[in-house]
Amino acid sequence: MATIELINVEKKFGPSYAVKPMNMTIHSGEFVVLLGPSGCGKTTTLRMISGLEAVTDGQILFDGKDVTWLHPSDRDIAFVFQFFALYSHMTARENIAFPLQAQGEPRDSIRKRVEEVAKMLRIEHLMNARPGGLSGGDQQRVALARALVRRPAAFLMDEPLGALDAEFRESMRAEIKRLHIEQNATTVYVTHDQIEAMAMGDRVVVMSAAVVQQNGTPAEVYHDPANLFVAKFIGSPGMNLIQGHYADGRVALPGDNRYDVPADWHTTIHEAIGRDGDIILGFRPEAAHISASGPIATTVYTTDLHGSYTMLHLEIDRDTIVDVRAGRGTNYPIGTPARFDLDPAMVRFFDPKTEMAIRKGGNP
Amino acid sequence: MSSYSHPARRRHLGDKRLIQMFIIPTVVLLILMNVFPLIYSLYLSFTEYSAINPTPPKWVGLDNYKKVLSDNLYWHNFAVTGRYALISVSLQMIVGFGLAMLLKEKFKGSGLLTTLILVPMMLSPAVVGAFWKNIFNPSFGIFDQFLGYSDPNTAPEWLGDPDLALWAVVIVDVWMWSPFVMLLSLAGLSAIPDYLYEAAAIDRASAWFQFRRITLPQVMPLLLIAVLFRTIEAFKQFDLVMGLTGGGPSLLQGTQAVNVTETVSVKLFRLAMPPQAQTGLSSAMAYVVLIIIIAISNLYIRALNKVREG
Ligand SMILES: Nc1ncnc2c1ncn2[C@@H]1O[C@H](COP(=O)(O)OP(=O)(O)OP(=O)(O)O)[C@@H](O)[C@H]1O
Ligand SMILES: [Mg+2]
Repeated sequence: MATIELINVEKKFGPSYAVKPMNMTIHSGEFVVLLGPSGCGKTTTLRMISGLEAVTDGQILFDGKDVTWLHPSDRDIAFVFQFFALYSHMTARENIAFPLQAQGEPRDSIRKRVEEVAKMLRIEHLMNARPGGLSGGDQQRVALARALVRRPAAFLMDEPLGALDAEFRESMRAEIKRLHIEQNATTVYVTHDQIEAMAMGDRVVVMSAAVVQQNGTPAEVYHDPANLFVAKFIGSPGMNLIQGHYADGRVALPGDNRYDVPADWHTTIHEAIGRDGDIILGFRPEAAHISASGPIATTVYTTDLHGSYTMLHLEIDRDTIVDVRAGRGTNYPIGTPARFDLDPAMVRFFDPKTEMAIRKGGNP
Repeated sequence: MSSYSHPARRRHLGDKRLIQMFIIPTVVLLILMNVFPLIYSLYLSFTEYSAINPTPPKWVGLDNYKKVLSDNLYWHNFAVTGRYALISVSLQMIVGFGLAMLLKEKFKGSGLLTTLILVPMMLSPAVVGAFWKNIFNPSFGIFDQFLGYSDPNTAPEWLGDPDLALWAVVIVDVWMWSPFVMLLSLAGLSAIPDYLYEAAAIDRASAWFQFRRITLPQVMPLLLIAVLFRTIEAFKQFDLVMGLTGGGPSLLQGTQAVNVTETVSVKLFRLAMPPQAQTGLSSAMAYVVLIIIIAISNLYIRALNKVREG
């Protein structure tokens, strides 16, 4: 299992950056998810790690060894392509055996290993079929089997579940996670689905516009987003972000609301924006609770019923609607007033000028 | 008077009748021009008959076929054709596919080069034959000069030497038709998606392993089609031979003199046309050729299906 290090790795196509200089360390055995919207450079990053794409600058190290200019076949990695890239003229068995045959392994051990992997992925009954005759999910399993069969030092997976329908994604997600735990292989996993990223990653690297926005555990990117982009992108719905004005320990919010900032935040905020200045208040839907004595007054705009909870969309003023999570016991008719309070441990603040989070102890 | 007032009548004229009216002339023409000659020549192949003779066809049963299949003289023509087809098609496949592999990667001017290579294919075989006859000429042709012979007296006489003449026809055929194989191969090669090679690079396959396990099987259907087309053409080889050697030179084989480049089609032509005009015998020979071509085509098509289905 390998540790992968990217040092100032960048990729330009012509004059424009697909990936701006980025630094990242993926520890041995870790499951790291690259998460970001379409076109942010996830695939390019993965392809640079694999060697399928040459870097335009920077260095890539595997276990401390410089592999920047090594051919993909000399890096001992497996790559699961977004659209499978199975060998269409071969059966599933031949596809899975291919990496072993390419290395000239003896026939008997190939057969044994292929059967082992097929059993692990539960595709024994498909082994004589060709990719064209398999469903998307089955093709994906064959592609995974082909990647697994060689026991590589690292797995690179590019949206491996992107082509599957919702129901199947859930079970494949669990399967990949289980495989990772069994094999304990370093894995870099690309997705644009933040739920998938949170569910699977030991660490999530959020990318946007060719830049790494945050690199942290799922809990960190969820609870302590580094900037407004991450706050909005992670979670469904994302974090509530309300424009306000801070002065003397209070934030003036739209609709003549005032929010008393918890005392432990005062010094941090003063250091960041001073005693008087614009600020953005952020909180997750579950950080708010409806309370008649709450400081923030709203009107119910709409409500969504989910199985185990209700998501309230509350209008603070015409331009500001926040999402608040409530139990499903109570009824909230549209148009009725509602007040809410915030859990002081779960409020976050952002500087509207830099769009960065204001953090206790500064930005790491 | 308008069709409006006679909707029923209009229906009668429509659909089925209309279809028949369009199809019947075609069918009649087809029967007159293709089916009838085919069947009539089949009948003639069982008779002794000469088209320039007033005597009516005389039924002789399988005699013509026996003669064509057992007489060494005819057997020689089949052997020449078979050898020619085997060598020529093999070389065309190697040269054509090789060129395609080289031209697969785009480079500056590769489009122009591809077009230039295709030119021989677009020429008339009669013209090609006439040109190459000069090119092969030992005293002023450039072919021997290219090979380094400066003295016309010692230079090989490609079209006159019984050992070389068939090779001369093969060389011209390869020159003319390798581009066709190249074109089909290029189409096949460019249809192979890049990601297969990316996957293979990840799977640590060597260049040779990739060629053997990905490139070849992926282009195989098109290669087989090229082989099929070229083999059928080779079995019908007529115009190039007529233009280059006219079937000669002749060689004494045992007690018989044989023409070393006389393919079945050339022989057939000689048999069928005056002065010989052995219509019955030549019909039998034509049918043997037809059956051979159908058999070969079937073998290839079977192979093709096998490649497709795995
Ligand atoms: N071969 C290429 N030539 C030119 N530009 C490219 C090339 N490959 C990618 N790009 C550009 O680089 C940027 C990043 O692309 P990339 O494929 O890495 O995005 P992504 O995050 O994987 O997106 P998606 O979620 O849609 O797969 C895009 O703007 C894309 O247009
Ligand atoms: Mg992508």
